[in-house]
Amino acid sequence: MLEIRHLVKHFGPLKAVDDISFTVPRGEVLGFLGPNGAGKSTTMKMITGFLAPTSGTAIVCGHDIATQPIPAKRCIGYLPEGAPAYPDMTPADFLDFIAHIRGYAGSEAKTRIGRVVEMIRIAEVLHQPIETLSKGYKRRVGVAQALLHDPDVLILDEPTDGLDPNQKYEMRKIITAMRPEKAIIISTHLLEEVEAVCSRAIIIAHGRILADGSPAELAERSRHYNAVRLGVAGADSRVRTDLLRLPGVAAVEPVRDGEGEALMIFAEPGRAVVTHVTDLARAHGWEVTGLRVERGRLDDVFREITAVPAGPATVAAAA
Amino acid sequence: MRNISTIFHRELASYFATPLAYVFIVIFLVMAGVLTFFLGNFFERGQADLQSFFTFHPWLYLVLIPALSMRLWAEERKSGTIELFLTLPIRMTEAVIGKFLAAWCFAGIALVLTFPFWITVNLLGRPDNGVILASYLGSWLMAGALLAIGACVSAMTKNQVIAFVVTAALAFLFTVAGSPVVLGMLQGWAPEWLTRATSQMSFLGHFGAITRGVIDLRDVFYFLSIMIAFLGANAILVDLEKAE
Repeated sequence: MLEIRHLVKHFGPLKAVDDISFTVPRGEVLGFLGPNGAGKSTTMKMITGFLAPTSGTAIVCGHDIATQPIPAKRCIGYLPEGAPAYPDMTPADFLDFIAHIRGYAGSEAKTRIGRVVEMIRIAEVLHQPIETLSKGYKRRVGVAQALLHDPDVLILDEPTDGLDPNQKYEMRKIITAMRPEKAIIISTHLLEEVEAVCSRAIIIAHGRILADGSPAELAERSRHYNAVRLGVAGADSRVRTDLLRLPGVAAVEPVRDGEGEALMIFAEPGRAVVTHVTDLARAHGWEVTGLRVERGRLDDVFREITAVPAGPATVAAAA
Repeated sequence: MRNISTIFHRELASYFATPLAYVFIVIFLVMAGVLTFFLGNFFERGQADLQSFFTFHPWLYLVLIPALSMRLWAEERKSGTIELFLTLPIRMTEAVIGKFLAAWCFAGIALVLTFPFWITVNLLGRPDNGVILASYLGSWLMAGALLAIGACVSAMTKNQVIAFVVTAALAFLFTVAGSPVVLGMLQGWAPEWLTRATSQMSFLGHFGAITRGVIDLRDVFYFLSIMIAFLGANAILVDLEKAE
């Protein structure tokens, strides 16, 4: 449905996007993750035909965006960064304009506008100028515009930015509902969002793809994956040394957070330690106040792979 | 064709969505009146024609046309809507022409609303209405040429004030190209053909010819070719500058 082939974009000496390739089949929600300035928006702008790539191209529903821009753009719904819309128009006029440009007129346009207005829930602000709307409504008008022609490919640059938790939940529900018949790309900073709606995540930084996999696969790379959070009343250093001696345990660290004090027992990669921990607690008769196996944290992984490599790399470059 | 019409309608409606349209039309009419009746000695001349009305159009346009054209692309770039606009399934030529036609049509509406001048002069005497019609047409063509220049400048910046000032300066150069001021700057160092070509570029010269009542195809062609040239440049500039 969507195929990205070796996209490269230079802005003067800066390589904003550096050889990115991936494909998105129907039924996939691809989460595009990365720090600010990683090249997420630039990549989206090239896929949608706004920016011409320095090299490479995107094939949208079989049409090359560089050589057949009009048919390619017809099957894309795009929410640009910041959800821009004409400020002095009302959502009703704005959607009417988009409907006409998309080739719908009369009752067909009316039906389609009615459908997205109901789906995105913007009926109550339909006749207010867009500049007077709240950030959340503006974003929703932008999403409504992208969905109007029921596109096969949907590209949403930060679709939930500025929405309150209820609206975020609604938006995620809408994206999930559309998933079976579309290829969807969303960019986001929110890792919880990737876990909630994406079937696949790509992490990019400095214009390159650093990781590509399902959210669960990525989370497995976290040092918290399979770690055991154990609360023991009166835990002292002896408890910690006992735990450290267990097979497969990589480290034991005290943690103190909103849930209270506990020990975090990290497992060596590919090993599960929870049964050993419970056996040990039973054998010693510890007073266990809490026990949980961690699933792995996406934000750990995100931080680890997007952090600028320090030390050796710069030394090597200097030498 | 359908896309041009859709873009044209949205663009024209956007003039009227803000006070800009009404302010523009009122100021245009008031200033046209003041210039015609006071500076132009409309009554004292004792002639039933609109010569004193049309004489001031180039100067009126110098200030007012850049105000119409400055927002065409600069506003889209500033608000980011250009990204939405240019990822819709439309051709660049359709976008450029649709926007330009809306501005040109708006200028036409403002011109049509000067009809009381025409009624006045017809009540006072028996003017040559053919000359007046030709002059209206010439004035509208000149407005179109200035709007094309302004649209092109607007595509180069996010800043509407810059678009206004640069357009006004360019418009001034084109308007007075045939005058001693500009020709004097060229004489002495520029080749003869350049001086002659520049004197032919003058809006005043071509507009003046039309207001005398002779619609020479060369004058019409001149204004049309200015429009085509600048709109072509406009399309290229939008493509080049949109990433900024």
